[in-house]
Amino acid sequence: MHIIEAGNVAAAMGVKLAGVQVVAAYPITPQTPLTEKLSELVDSRQMDAQYIPVESEHSALSVCIAASSAGSRAFTATSANGLLYMNEQIHWAAGARLPIVMCVVNRGIGAPWTVWNDHQDAMSQRDTGWIQIYCCDHQQIIDTVIQAFAIAETVRAPVMVCYDGYILSHTYMPFDIPEQADVEKFLPAFTPDWALNPQCPANLNTVTLPEPRADVRGNTAPGYMEIRHNLHTDLRRTIDVIADTDAKFKDVFGRGGQPFIESYFCDDADHVVVCLGSLSYQMRDVIDELRKEGVSVGVYGLRLYRPFPDRAVAEALGGKNNVLVFEKALSYGYEGPLFSDIKAALYGTDNPPRIRNFILGLGGREIRTRDLYQAVKTACSENQNKPHDPDFIGLKM
Amino acid sequence: MATKKTTILNLPEEEFVHPGNRACAGCGLSIVYKTGLKALGRDTILVVPPSCLTVLQGLYPIAATQLPCLNVTFASTAAAATGVLAAMRAQKRPNVQVAAWAGDGGTSDIGLQALSGACERGEDFIFICYDNEAYMNTGVQRSGTTPQHVLTTTTPFTGKHQRKKDVPAIIAAHGIDYVATASAAYPLDFYDKVVKAKSISGPKYIHVHTPCPAGWGFSPRYTVKIGRMAVETGLFDLYEREKGQMRLTGASEKMLGKKRKPVADYFATQNRFKGMDEEKIQALQAEVDEKWAAYEKIAQGVC
Repeated sequence: MHIIEAGNVAAAMGVKLAGVQVVAAYPITPQTPLTEKLSELVDSRQMDAQYIPVESEHSALSVCIAASSAGSRAFTATSANGLLYMNEQIHWAAGARLPIVMCVVNRGIGAPWTVWNDHQDAMSQRDTGWIQIYCCDHQQIIDTVIQAFAIAETVRAPVMVCYDGYILSHTYMPFDIPEQADVEKFLPAFTPDWALNPQCPANLNTVTLPEPRADVRGNTAPGYMEIRHNLHTDLRRTIDVIADTDAKFKDVFGRGGQPFIESYFCDDADHVVVCLGSLSYQMRDVIDELRKEGVSVGVYGLRLYRPFPDRAVAEALGGKNNVLVFEKALSYGYEGPLFSDIKAALYGTDNPPRIRNFILGLGGREIRTRDLYQAVKTACSENQNKPHDPDFIGLKM
Repeated sequence: MATKKTTILNLPEEEFVHPGNRACAGCGLSIVYKTGLKALGRDTILVVPPSCLTVLQGLYPIAATQLPCLNVTFASTAAAATGVLAAMRAQKRPNVQVAAWAGDGGTSDIGLQALSGACERGEDFIFICYDNEAYMNTGVQRSGTTPQHVLTTTTPFTGKHQRKKDVPAIIAAHGIDYVATASAAYPLDFYDKVVKAKSISGPKYIHVHTPCPAGWGFSPRYTVKIGRMAVETGLFDLYEREKGQMRLTGASEKMLGKKRKPVADYFATQNRFKGMDEEKIQALQAEVDEKWAAYEKIAQGVC
């Protein structure tokens, strides 16, 4: 069924269709309408779930951690400082191998206070052991929320579904709501291998020594380092799981096919732009314009940020003349985090492309399509290596 | 009001805490944990933040507890209990009891926000705070419930200047149906309170005083004696507050109308009170006398 609704509603519909059993959330702009919608669905009994109106984001994720440990499908959502307030629990959820899904409605972080969009919130959680997927439109939001549970429960790792505050969360777009029966076919009920249960008692997340240690029967159990190594290798394996999940989703719903990077006129392009989220769709207008002028340029929208699909990125960017990385986040004192990751993926490849970094849109600074057009056009005409310091677009100093 | 009291003869024999665990010799928590789990019974899920209990329960992959237990972060105990309850409701398993066990720091300081939230939401769980009156697991730092003038590693010379935070009163102010205090020196009284808490729906809070030989500076053999002295001097009182009605229980109830031991006797037994002079002792004696004068009035129906 097609409807026209806000991005936050698309996320809520995805949560409902996914059969989430426990929702815990705390209001923060611009995530709030998502949790309002979920409370409305639960309170009106359109959704059979426990909705816990917690007193903080830290508690929101704590509730999800415990509910997931007890074998229930759990969801939360937040933005910006709410995400940062969860930080300890974000690491904990990944370490405890819990398939929780969280929507991160991207917003800049204080100080000073901002309620507007950039990607600094999710980027600051890059190394927590969560899978991070970015959405470019409302259809991707609802589809990704459903897929996220399938991915999370296959690899037992939590997933952040990231989408831009206001630009996607509050704007209205048409999208298709999948049929419940099809979703159930794609995503069966959560049946964990283990869960808190008095019939089969276990002590979860106890203090673990640096070295492996024998249990009472003499079997060796892993030490902390083995447990963390497994999290890493399972996340690397998740790249294949995401490709499989996307293929399966396409079989049932007919959408998908580019789980890691969405290409727009990139195959034959000499130059490519790379960005995350809704920016890649805005950039399509620039590509259309430059193509008309005969510039051989395309745009890649990166969907999966962690685990980083480094091979797919290197393959996509190999042989290009200029790679232009536009991003709404900074590793302060260095450069954009996406830029660093892309450079690392290209290290050691034959004839790596020239690569440049553009920082824009911090704290909701307006991203004007004509500024993007000018930056891409100028960069595509250059044949010299530039210093790696990022260029700022839209800065008014 | 009077319910049948459990005696050592009819206490269940089934043990849920393995012997040879990692608790210190003379640990007050050992007594209440062993007794409390008997009262909770097999159909229970435990939630435990970092605390001495984390140590008692052992190092992966060996556990000293025979009940399922979720170890959680310091500030999240009551929120995690909420999550387990939500999962039990979602899975239609209403008979599973959820019990959180946190230390005094994990309750009165870093865990208070989540506990307040859970009490306000009316979560159907038992929260047990074992109060050894400092951060003992990290090596005796002051907490919100460390009594006034006590020497700790973060109040090393002049002692703690502030009073002990009255956590049961804070929790009672949420209007929950059951708040009780107990002591490791009276395990059967504690047992009966946990059993009663199980029969009440909504949040239940039990604050249990657990003497700590290492942190308080006394010989492990005197744990029970010192726990009793805290009650007999009127410093720590055993009571229940059911639906807002407060009444003293057990040893404290028996002290009504009788002469109490001087608080100085209690202070003399522990190194942590070494920084106290006569003036401070008399001031605390006066506070205890005033508190007990109020208890006497309540007992006589004079409010």
